[in-house]
Amino acid sequence: MIEIESTYLIVLGALLLSIIMCMIRVVKGPTAPDRVVGLDTINTIVIVGMVVFGIATGSVIYIDVAIVYALLSYISTLFIAKYLEGGEF
Amino acid sequence: MLSEIVDIIVYLFLAIGVFFNLLAGVGLLRFPDVYTRLHAGTKCTTFGSIFLCGSVIILGLKMWYQGSTDGSVLAIHTAGALIAILITNPTGAHAIARAAHRSGVKPVRAVVDDLEGKPARKAARKKKEAKK
Repeated sequence: MIEIESTYLIVLGALLLSIIMCMIRVVKGPTAPDRVVGLDTINTIVIVGMVVFGIATGSVIYIDVAIVYALLSYISTLFIAKYLEGGEF
Repeated sequence: MLSEIVDIIVYLFLAIGVFFNLLAGVGLLRFPDVYTRLHAGTKCTTFGSIFLCGSVIILGLKMWYQGSTDGSVLAIHTAGALIAILITNPTGAHAIARAAHRSGVKPVRAVVDDLEGKPARKAARKKKEAKK
């Protein structure tokens, strides 16, 4: 059986594949909301990737960064959604 | 014995999480319009994140049980990240869906739009003020 830390690195590779698929949607997407959906999905996968990378290298600081990244990406998504809607802030 | 069972559970959680995160990417590529893509992209990543973070939490608790203080910090901080994902992801998806509908994107092959012409909250408020 391989070490559990290297398993997490393999998981990180699979998450990278998923990010690439989302990236294709961001580049191709016919309308603006499509691209926003792709970005939102990429954000979530990056958060999980940070957690996985944190345990793979054994350093907790990446997980703290992941929490901050989650909150900031949420705010940016809300902001873009409000902009698409055309409302007042 | 106990350690091996915990390891198997961790591997199982990892497999489920990776599978659903990959499904999110495939769904985002294959579905025909914004709303179905949103459905694939958000729900699959939330479910996959629960399992990936869950495996990290279980591993941290195991390390803690074996006497490493690093494990407790790992588990608690990962639980914080998981809670942040669980709160922010569905809310953001709802905001995007509402914005897409109000900016005029129709579902593909839609015949009837039930929300068509429904006034936004602001328009309703204006109507009320006009009555006064």
